[in-house]
Amino acid sequence: MAKKRLCLTVNGRAIEQEIEENLRLLDVLRDELGLTGSKEGCGIGECGACTVILDGKAVNSCLVLALSADGGVVETVEGLAAGDHLDPLQESFLDNHALQCGFCTPGMLMSAKALLKENPAPGVEEIKEAISGNLCRCTGYVQIVEAVKEAAQRLGGG
Amino acid sequence: MSVHDSWRVDAREKVTGQARFAADLHIPGQLIGKVWRSGQTHARIVSLDATEAKKIPGVVKIMLAGDMPAHTTWSTYPFLAQGRVLYQGDAVALVAAESEEAALAALAQMEAVYEALPPVLSLDEALEESAPILHNSYPDNRVANSHWPVRKGNIREGFEQSDLVLEREYRTSHVEHAYIEPEAVVVMTDWDGSLIIYGSTQNPFNTRRAVAAATGYPLNKVRVVQQAVGGSFGGKEESVGLLAGRASVLCLATGRPVKMTYSREESVIESSKRHPFRFRYKVGAKRDGRLMALQAELVDEGGAYNFQAQFMNWRACVHAAGVYHIPNVEIDVYAVHTNHVFGGAMRGYSSPQIIFAQESLMDELAAALGLEPLALRRLNFLREGDETITGQILHEPVNAEKVTLRALDLADYERKKEAYRRQDPDTRQVGGIGFATCFRGCGLGAEAPDATGAILSVQEDGSIVVRSSLTDMGQGLQTAHAQLVARELGVSPARIVSKPVDTSLVPEGGMTVASRGTYSGGKPILQAVARIKQILLHVAAQKLECSAGELAMANDCVFRREDPSQKLSFAEVASAAFWSGHSLSVTEWFQPGPLRWERETGQGEAFPSYTYSCVVAEVSVDRLTGKATVTKLVSVHDAGRVVHAGAASGQVYGGMAMGVGMALMEGLNFERGLVTSTNFDRYLIPTAADIPEAVFEFLPSDGNSGAAGAKSLGEATVEAVPAAVANALAAAGYRLRTLPALSESLLKRERG
Repeated sequence: MAKKRLCLTVNGRAIEQEIEENLRLLDVLRDELGLTGSKEGCGIGECGACTVILDGKAVNSCLVLALSADGGVVETVEGLAAGDHLDPLQESFLDNHALQCGFCTPGMLMSAKALLKENPAPGVEEIKEAISGNLCRCTGYVQIVEAVKEAAQRLGGG
Repeated sequence: MSVHDSWRVDAREKVTGQARFAADLHIPGQLIGKVWRSGQTHARIVSLDATEAKKIPGVVKIMLAGDMPAHTTWSTYPFLAQGRVLYQGDAVALVAAESEEAALAALAQMEAVYEALPPVLSLDEALEESAPILHNSYPDNRVANSHWPVRKGNIREGFEQSDLVLEREYRTSHVEHAYIEPEAVVVMTDWDGSLIIYGSTQNPFNTRRAVAAATGYPLNKVRVVQQAVGGSFGGKEESVGLLAGRASVLCLATGRPVKMTYSREESVIESSKRHPFRFRYKVGAKRDGRLMALQAELVDEGGAYNFQAQFMNWRACVHAAGVYHIPNVEIDVYAVHTNHVFGGAMRGYSSPQIIFAQESLMDELAAALGLEPLALRRLNFLREGDETITGQILHEPVNAEKVTLRALDLADYERKKEAYRRQDPDTRQVGGIGFATCFRGCGLGAEAPDATGAILSVQEDGSIVVRSSLTDMGQGLQTAHAQLVARELGVSPARIVSKPVDTSLVPEGGMTVASRGTYSGGKPILQAVARIKQILLHVAAQKLECSAGELAMANDCVFRREDPSQKLSFAEVASAAFWSGHSLSVTEWFQPGPLRWERETGQGEAFPSYTYSCVVAEVSVDRLTGKATVTKLVSVHDAGRVVHAGAASGQVYGGMAMGVGMALMEGLNFERGLVTSTNFDRYLIPTAADIPEAVFEFLPSDGNSGAAGAKSLGEATVEAVPAAVANALAAAGYRLRTLPALSESLLKRERG
């Protein structure tokens, strides 16, 4: 299969790589760049475990053909913290016990991050809607919604 | 919540993406393993041909049943089917290739000829006289050892003494665990030729057994290292054993590491499901509501294979009559084989199904007697000193009534019930409120020895490693164990590292099931802490020139109670103990006392302790579309003493969500035995938008047998939810006797 050049900015770092044409953005992140924080749970864009932020929007990276994102800016869970300094969302997930198995957590955080960028003071219903594409089987979502609400408050929104 | 109660051992790694799940591993030189499945409901294998598949570039190895080095089965499950396939997930060939693409291309080139055999497509069909026989050793299609009877009093007299007798049938469906992480393993050999399996497994020691069976290796040459597990709920058991066994034989056959990851579709097709049940209940009561007799037949669908029904059905017989005092009982529980995906453990282990049936029955009986649901229950609740249907006198506090009254109070039940009764039945949106009360035997009870182990080591710098024989699959067990250690040693949790199970490092401590992780798993931890503490206090006493009895441990220090200024830091004491030759690594084992059980009558001592729960549900139904919504859930649990409030709350909320799913939306769809809902587009589980307002309370209690007073909680949180929702729906005018209560069923009822 022919390889093509892909240019991306991933978590602030410029990436230039020859990749197979049929790779999904998720494959590039996990297999080519070793960023395994984004997970594959269903492969059809239903579970949200692969959610990343592409050009400011939360997307299911299992549904994005990598080359279609050429030139794009990608943020993944690995880029949320600055060194040891966690993002307020991450802090808030810790404080609210908003995770259990942790498999959905990266995608959940990225959906919440995209929401807070667009809407710094979301209501509970808006939070629920923003994460309704991210399935979680452990938590029942209650502590996650709390965590997002609290993060918004800490960031000076809500 | 206190600071300690939001702390988790693995939280930082999980919010930063560092936590490593099995599919995140990459071993240099690894091959990709794939399974070729039958896709047949029931068929004879006429021929399998891999000739063309082997020609695909990058294909390294293709194995058929005849190529297996040792056994082709583990328990009754085939690693590779021979001769006949019993359901669509049966594997008939394995492929190892240099890439995913090559492996998938090989699968596409495999050729098979099958001859269809008559299938058994439901538990009713399995029981028919003329039903095809699926396993020759069980000509009646009943799962081996799955029959558990209960005989108490005189059932005939019980019904004769009853003023009212009610018979009802209830049913439940196949429910998928739907852990978000599909099964995955990576297998490699160590330099001594032994196998190392990194995997997503709930029960690493069972995975080890499966690998030993498939490879013929002794257990000491198989090492299973649990990775972060992305949810399990009872599910990462049979399918992971099969997966690890298959990957291991591919690894040995190729001499290369092998990674196998299931797609969601494969996960749904092969992994076990919550057993669907058919319940036939006959209950007799006096006019005043006193229960006199209960006769019940509980049949569950084991599917193509089974090694869980016999255990699950034992628990089922103990809980079949609910948390009530009934003098005359005749219960029979058994499972049958079909050509569907097999049943297995799923959070609650038959209880969510049973409680749905039996608590629906209580509400129906109350209505038939003209009693309020609460009044009927209060008259019959088990109380301290009462005998259960399985002949056990309850000596510990029995809090069925207490949790119920508290939950109803929190839910404002009486007022709302009246308000719903006054609602206009002709409006489009109608509502209702209902509840269910239950108890749950803690741990394994008389099902199997509840023994387990742990290793606690304090390092010379004062840092601590905790290793339990039981696993964390997301519920937070490692955190709960670390919390127990921190509390007992008076140290900060940050000092503690709590590790996942590695079968080469900890004693085999049984399966992490039956909500025994804290209840039983905490016991060897506490025993180990006590021994370590004794050593540390002894050493500190020498240094502080006092007796050990004068010392206390708190705030990361050891100090004299009388004069806290005389103190040593925890690290100083640890270092002094180590350098004076003391062992600070302790292995402990919890050995439970024997429990008595007589199989023929189902009488004995089932469980040392019971958790009591009540759930109140409020629902709203759109009469035009049939769509039901749970608007509020209230639950109260007597789980003894809660060890970690954050983790315990997470269990409650998660259990509520899973219960709502089972009540309203979840049931696998089949077409001639083949699953049609193989991914989340067709198998729906609750999203954030489906979650009702959730309120809960723990009712603290003492005097139980759990570690640090903690009773079972994980499963108790889910089990009464479907029943409560069903009773709320009934209050809104929709008594449904089959779950899930899909809008189609409600609409059908609405239109008669």
